[in-house]
Amino acid sequence: MRLKSPGLANKAMSHSTQQGERGFAASPILSALRKRLPWFHGDTAIAFLVLIPSIVAVAIFIYGFILWTGYVSLVKWDTAIEDYTFVGLRNWIQLFTMERFHWDLRSLVLYALGFMSQCIIFGFLIAVLLDQKIKGEALFRTIVIFPFAVSSVVTGVAWRWLMQPTTGINLLLQKIGFENFYFEWNANPKWGILAISVAAAWQFTGYIMALYLAALRGIPDELREAARVDGAGTWGLYRRIIIPLLRPVTFTAVVLTGMGSIRVFDLVTILRGPAFTTDTLAFHMYQSIFGLYRFSLAAAVGFFMVFLSSFLVAPYLHSMNLEAEQ
Amino acid sequence: MKTRQLLSRSAIYFFLIVFCLFYLLPFYVMFITGLKPYEDLNVTRMWDLPKTVSLDGIREAWNRVAPNFRNSIVITIPAAIISSFIGSINGYIFAKWRFPGSNTLFILFLVGMFLPYQGILVPLVRTLQAVGLYGKTLGLIMVHCIFGIPITALLFRSYYAGIPDELVDAGKIDGCGFFGIYRWILLPISMPSFAVVLLWQFTNIWNDFLIGLVVLSSPRLAPVNVAVQNIAGSWSVEWNVQMSAALIAALPTIVVYLALGKLFMRGLLAGSLKG
Amino acid sequence: MKAQFSIQRRQLLAWTALIVALAMILAACGGKSGGKAGTGKLEIFSWWTSGGEVEALNAIYKIYSAKYPNVTIENAALAGGQGQGGNMKALLETRMLGGEPPDSFQVHLGRELIDSHVIAGRMEPLDWLYKEEGWDKIFPPDVVAIASYEGKPYSVPVNIHRSNVMWYRPSRLAQVGVTTPPKTWDEFFTVAEKLKAAGIPAIALAEQDAGGGFSGHVLENILVSVLGPDKYKGLFNGKTGWDDPGVTQALQILDKLYGYANPDYLSTSWGDINDRFVSDDGPAMMIMGDWTHGVLMSKGFKDYHWTTAPGTEGYFVLLSDSFGLPKNAPDRENAIAFLRVVGSKEGQDAFNPIKGSIPARTDGDRSKYDTYLNEAMDAFKTNVGLPSIQHGAAVKQSFLVDYDAALADLATNHNVAKTQQMLVDAAKVAGLGK
Repeated sequence: MRLKSPGLANKAMSHSTQQGERGFAASPILSALRKRLPWFHGDTAIAFLVLIPSIVAVAIFIYGFILWTGYVSLVKWDTAIEDYTFVGLRNWIQLFTMERFHWDLRSLVLYALGFMSQCIIFGFLIAVLLDQKIKGEALFRTIVIFPFAVSSVVTGVAWRWLMQPTTGINLLLQKIGFENFYFEWNANPKWGILAISVAAAWQFTGYIMALYLAALRGIPDELREAARVDGAGTWGLYRRIIIPLLRPVTFTAVVLTGMGSIRVFDLVTILRGPAFTTDTLAFHMYQSIFGLYRFSLAAAVGFFMVFLSSFLVAPYLHSMNLEAEQ
Repeated sequence: MKTRQLLSRSAIYFFLIVFCLFYLLPFYVMFITGLKPYEDLNVTRMWDLPKTVSLDGIREAWNRVAPNFRNSIVITIPAAIISSFIGSINGYIFAKWRFPGSNTLFILFLVGMFLPYQGILVPLVRTLQAVGLYGKTLGLIMVHCIFGIPITALLFRSYYAGIPDELVDAGKIDGCGFFGIYRWILLPISMPSFAVVLLWQFTNIWNDFLIGLVVLSSPRLAPVNVAVQNIAGSWSVEWNVQMSAALIAALPTIVVYLALGKLFMRGLLAGSLKG
Repeated sequence: MKAQFSIQRRQLLAWTALIVALAMILAACGGKSGGKAGTGKLEIFSWWTSGGEVEALNAIYKIYSAKYPNVTIENAALAGGQGQGGNMKALLETRMLGGEPPDSFQVHLGRELIDSHVIAGRMEPLDWLYKEEGWDKIFPPDVVAIASYEGKPYSVPVNIHRSNVMWYRPSRLAQVGVTTPPKTWDEFFTVAEKLKAAGIPAIALAEQDAGGGFSGHVLENILVSVLGPDKYKGLFNGKTGWDDPGVTQALQILDKLYGYANPDYLSTSWGDINDRFVSDDGPAMMIMGDWTHGVLMSKGFKDYHWTTAPGTEGYFVLLSDSFGLPKNAPDRENAIAFLRVVGSKEGQDAFNPIKGSIPARTDGDRSKYDTYLNEAMDAFKTNVGLPSIQHGAAVKQSFLVDYDAALADLATNHNVAKTQQMLVDAAKVAGLGK
């Protein structure tokens, strides 16, 4: 792909040269900076300067808030009265020894496993099916991604009804032949959280499917042909060639669904089951603030959530460094 | 051989249809519930088609939801568009203009994606007050743009990373500077990526409930999902109205998806979310 | 294709600029107000968004507007969330912490308000208003006591709901030969056994949405019947410990009830319980507040009648919706005028018949109220008034959350000792009686 015409390039060149002259010849501050930071010149400097507003915004609205949260977790604000008396790690110890927190961790693990596996496995499966040159692909594709357009609150309300054990999906399944099927869904005292992951996966699988479908489209036909010529069956084709090629997509899917698992909130407020079986970190934090007025405990939960998420992002940094080395 | 092909083709269609039924199921329940009159509503009869079709639910739903619907349009369209542009520029910088520390900076941006917003409502309110934007639509648009910085930067960076550096180098040789390369080389081919990001941002901002409510400080100014929630009474819910309202509230996202659909698929094709 | 993109891009930019400009104009509109009574605005927060509730609130607005036609009423109602009015309370909290309170807001009378905004110093005491309006004489002393902190009332009750009501279906009881509903818990379980033999659930229970509070409501009435009024009140001021054997007995009764409840109680939520009650195979009895009357009527249901919850004859376990005056209310004069309407005979007699509750005032116009409400007003005059736990009168909200969580545990694990220990811990954390 090349520039359209020399005329256009000249225009672009003169424009940026003028800017360059105006910007950098004149300012003493910038030339001082240039001496200390050797890379800080010309367009790289402009790039950095353009990035600064975003850096400032993120510093204040995200990291400022994260630090505020960390600070509040170390003080004694546990009633309606704002109280910033320093108490050290007391809230953290209380948090780690709470039964509710242990349920939260259990829910997180179960939910993450359920949600991530459903989205990725079914997303991939449906994408593979759609990739088989079928009629009405656009219709199928659109239907599968429709749920993504619906808000979590609405998803929760609809699935609340579907999960009614006597009149919901159970009834439907019984009618079509699975007469002995009975599951309390989100009211099940042990596995309710997995039922919630079904509703969440319903909403999000379409997006993951779209990721995989596009990536599958990007695999050149010659590669598939070559594999077939070499004698690989369908299963071998997928296992040895296609799935490895899709690793970057899988990675992104893991990050996105992992993020969803740590932060799940709206769905859980509507689909709550008995006792703490469906409690999650985000809901625990929210209820600690607005129901219990235990701001400091809530801050500990919130800070812990950000801490957890760094484990998801670390592999990304690793892959980026690999990328940079290439 | 042919029968095997036939079997496998039928199997493919069979599974696809089963999946589609699963994804349509909740919509079916919501749709027929919306068409039922109030007396007909009972959670024990959710699968039954309406005995009499009543448009009361839909009419009432529109009345209740319309003012907040307007709010959502005013909030979501500018916020989605602006945050996409910001993401585009940031992604461009992270992908094509490496400087020492840019990778670390990018990772720091990413970690910001995980901030649990329910927990930072209080400092958010106070910070907005300090800059005089509390309770104002402009304030909410700004908040959505800021909270969207990490994810939009991620999506655009992936996309631009897939574009060969030679293109950018050719531009530099021809004399384009920072803005020139963006304007003349990358922006023209970014449309598919914009579609991807716009869809994600539009969906998330349109479906937002809590941030909009808290920043605007009043349910009357809040986005549409607040109005949908408000249809519930304390002791009983007019399900026909609420389900209709939920469907009405979901329409714009579906419309946006249909409009951007083709571009969306092409955008992913070019590696926007490859990682 | 490139030309197409150019045109698209230009259009996109133009539209963007237009919309951003529009948004900024709209954002700049809308300002502040504040002036003397009769002008400006009045912003009221509540969680009454639909049905009879919002109609009742509108009736009060109508009276207010007739007096002050130049005031713009901003009805900021917000439903949903955890517990009663959870979303509204969350939004209110951010407004209060941000120092920008509304002019008034709906809140349950009693500790719910006191242990949130009053102790944080964000509400104005209303003793002077009570004197001016004569409310200190017209509201029953029990009610004024619940409303007060350190001797001063902080909100104006608009209504009274009764918690200790048992609704029963005469036809279901008749199926096992029972003509009068049980009056004590012993009688209850005798009847329940008969019903069980006939395959009829005796009582309605809803235990989904963990800590939803349904069984919390039932338990408070069991506590009243087992402990009696003084020991019951002692639970909230430290005189009665939550480890008291009376509490154990009450928990055991509650636990026993699960054996006679609708079998899917773990999947039934409070919002769906009325659907269960009216269905053909529904339970025979239900202990729930008297708003149930309005709900059942709106469903066109006729096969029901009412009595007091077993063992609570002579007691009126009450809860009340009320409005207070935040400090630095932007339209303070308008807010005070609103409170006067809320506490007035005209206001309460317009509000309550529609809402399905009785006035907090003792001089309500009887002709405006139906049979049940008239009976309730009689009881209110003569019975001993006790504050409800579940509805914010007796205890702070944080205790209530822990209380409901403990009972949710009971519904799943049926371990009375564990649940009681959770209640004891909750009481300690809440500092009840300090």
